[in-house]
Amino acid sequence: MERVATFEVLAPGILTTIQDLGRYGFSQFGVPPSGALDTFSYRVGNLLVGNKQGEASFETTIIGPKLKTLREVVIAITGGDLSPTLNGEPLEMWRTHLLVEGDIINFKKVRTGCRAYLAASGGLIFSQVMGSRSTYLSGKFGGLDGRALKKGDILFALDIRAPLSQLGFRFPGDWIPQFDKEALLRVIPGPQDHHFTEKGLQTLSSSFYRVTPQCDRMGVRLEGPKIERRSEVEESIISEGLIAGAIQVPGDGKPIIILTELVTGGYTKIAAVISTDLSKVAQLKPGDRVRFAPVSVEEAHQLLRGQEERLRTFMKTFER
Amino acid sequence: MPLYPQATFLLMGDRGLLLEFGDEISAEVNEKVRKMALAIQAEILEGIIEVVPTYRSLLVLYNPLIIPLEDLKRRLKQLEEGLKEISFPDPTLTKIPVLYGETFGPDLRKVAEYLHLTPEEVIRLHCSKPYFIYMIGFMPGFPYMGELPGALITPRLKTPRLSVPAGSVAIAQKQTGIYPVESPGGWQILGRSPVKLFNPEKEPPALLRMGDLVQFYPISEKEFHEWNSQTASSCAVCSATEDR
Repeated sequence: MERVATFEVLAPGILTTIQDLGRYGFSQFGVPPSGALDTFSYRVGNLLVGNKQGEASFETTIIGPKLKTLREVVIAITGGDLSPTLNGEPLEMWRTHLLVEGDIINFKKVRTGCRAYLAASGGLIFSQVMGSRSTYLSGKFGGLDGRALKKGDILFALDIRAPLSQLGFRFPGDWIPQFDKEALLRVIPGPQDHHFTEKGLQTLSSSFYRVTPQCDRMGVRLEGPKIERRSEVEESIISEGLIAGAIQVPGDGKPIIILTELVTGGYTKIAAVISTDLSKVAQLKPGDRVRFAPVSVEEAHQLLRGQEERLRTFMKTFER
Repeated sequence: MPLYPQATFLLMGDRGLLLEFGDEISAEVNEKVRKMALAIQAEILEGIIEVVPTYRSLLVLYNPLIIPLEDLKRRLKQLEEGLKEISFPDPTLTKIPVLYGETFGPDLRKVAEYLHLTPEEVIRLHCSKPYFIYMIGFMPGFPYMGELPGALITPRLKTPRLSVPAGSVAIAQKQTGIYPVESPGGWQILGRSPVKLFNPEKEPPALLRMGDLVQFYPISEKEFHEWNSQTASSCAVCSATEDR
């Protein structure tokens, strides 16, 4: 695959990594999926610039990077609003832009959400590790040498002409997700909901929890009312698999929402956030608040169907 | 009875189905988990994204828009019923060299004292039998193995270490394990192995697999240092990623 230098990192931001849809099939070796945390925003970015949904993009956190463009490329920025700029001027999100050599992309400060995605036409090209370009930070592999971007890094994209036909595309305003400081997260109870008392289950669905500074790509620690466990039950269980969105409740009763860089765990899980609400989890930052609302799995699947139909409808707008 | 006659199904969110095969850690229950995981992989069911085998349960990640939940449950029940018909490969035994004690095994003396044994006896017991690998998890390539001889059962460290060197061979309760890379660790470190347990560039990326067997044997410090240069000269790929 021919690749060409497309961006130079002038400043790396707080945590900017290369991510795609993640690597699956390797949990039997203890390898978690990694991948973009807000997959919805990340996928829309790729669609906007004419890429396949799973091409590698930048994922950036709170304070984004300062990038110098090295050649003509079409980009789109989606996800949380980290105040992106182009040559100092505010850059509209959720739409395509043509960048030329010398253009500077920067991010000022976080307004809403926590993570933004920058998709580049052709996709970012790095060697795949176990079938994916996603960065696994603790494992130190994948993406760009298994690490966050540093000043001086050169990023490569596929050597294709900038697709000018993508210019002018916008994601419909009605469908752009809103990331509020207070998020309502819908959850499916279990698998260890029976380890908690009625009171504990009530606490989960009626309280506000605050996002602590202990949040990263492994998980989000919450502070708030202690969730009561049945007295005869231990905090630990025989280690089992985890999914992104699973809510672990260790001995101290404070929930932790798991993200994509853990594969197995030994704490009780009271519930798990539904697929369509994982984006909201990915956009949580310290100080934000969350509430949980149990829903049925049928309802969760209906919501997922609705979301995927919306994306399919959006993709059809390109087929002209 | 540790092994359930039929797996129980539990939901983990709207994309996960957790199958539980028993309620304790035993080779019998674990064998069933492993066989079920292999059967699902061989079946290549459309809509199954990931399968996470652990001690006594199997987490199946699925795409509900490709395979509806009820269909998935039905297919998995059918697969479980047909497990007896399938023949599975025999476990392989891997011999793992270990440099025990001193700086490489900082907990060896304390563990020996706690167990009222000499360090040599602890080493001999640790090497005395093959261990069954229950699962690879917690971090890439980390094998959870058991059961230790009864005389070696020791609790975890009261205060976990913030950093444990790569290759550290450790024990806790009835289990033994090896840390493939540097990481925090709460187990008792008896020694260190020069063997590379995980290489993301290789296929498969992990040296050890669930259901296989491991037996430890002691080596000298000289052999430990020579091990890396020997494998490096005979394996270009290994040496390129030696410092991962």
